Amino acid sequence: MNVIGGIGVPIHVLLVEDSPGDVRLTQEAFRDANASIKLHVATDGVEAMAFLRKRDGYADAPRPDLILLDLNLPRMDGREVLARIKEDEDLKTIPTVILTTSDAEADIVRSYQLRANVFLSKPVELDAFEAVVRSINDFWLTKAKLPTLKSLQ
Amino acid sequence: MAPHVLFVEDSPGDVRLTREAFYVANETIAVHVAADGVEAMAFLNHEGAFADVPRPDLVLLDLNLPRKNGWEVLAAIKRDTGLMSIPTIILTASEADDDVEKSFQLNANVYFSKPVELDAFEQLIASITQFWLTTAQLPPHRYAG
Repeated sequence: MNVIGGIGVPIHVLLVEDSPGDVRLTQEAFRDANASIKLHVATDGVEAMAFLRKRDGYADAPRPDLILLDLNLPRMDGREVLARIKEDEDLKTIPTVILTTSDAEADIVRSYQLRANVFLSKPVELDAFEAVVRSINDFWLTKAKLPTLKSLQ
Repeated sequence: MAPHVLFVEDSPGDVRLTREAFYVANETIAVHVAADGVEAMAFLNHEGAFADVPRPDLVLLDLNLPRKNGWEVLAAIKRDTGLMSIPTIILTASEADDDVEKSFQLNANVYFSKPVELDAFEQLIASITQFWLTTAQLPPHRYAG
């Protein structure tokens, strides 16, 4: 069903997360969920924007099909990254999923106002965390139709 | 509190099938139906007969609608500071890349092509229900503009 996930065609996901433990767990959970996902990691907001704009050593970075964005990040925080993505005519169509330990109402409301596509709280329990990653794979990367890259080719 | 879904769809057959699929997925969901884009905006803005309707937790929006089409409704929701935080899901027969692109440009939260097979359609509604009403965190009602 998925136009971007055909056989042999990698699905590029950009994970913006500063905790090495959370990066490892997310990589493992995606590997179990869907072998065609290629997970790219940026460990702070500045690196995320460099990846997305193909600057500072990221000239060959692919355009991600999906962004998973933590809110609390060094250098440039997730709210600022989200605002920049959604104000950029080329980047705004990339579905951006907030994935954070915060479940504060103010963060939820602010994220939707900044045009996050969805806000997910990161569960502390490992089983629950893996279930969230599976649901991201099932919902966003399997059932949903995502924009194609035609506009940038 | 029971979740409220606003379903904007002009085909009576699709409305019936979707109501049934929501009921199977989660019988506590209140599904409200608007049959065209003008009615959808009246519902969201509490106009006229819709003065007392709840703010929906989720909007499911077809693209091809009488009077005011889905893109106009989507654009109106996403430029209204009171409404923009309501997740708005495009659910349409179209699989055209241009329609997908345009919907994301207008800040649709997600886009689905409606499966023709009934089983697949019911699974999609169950999946939407599970993801948006259980897994995702939605804005609380008191932030309604």
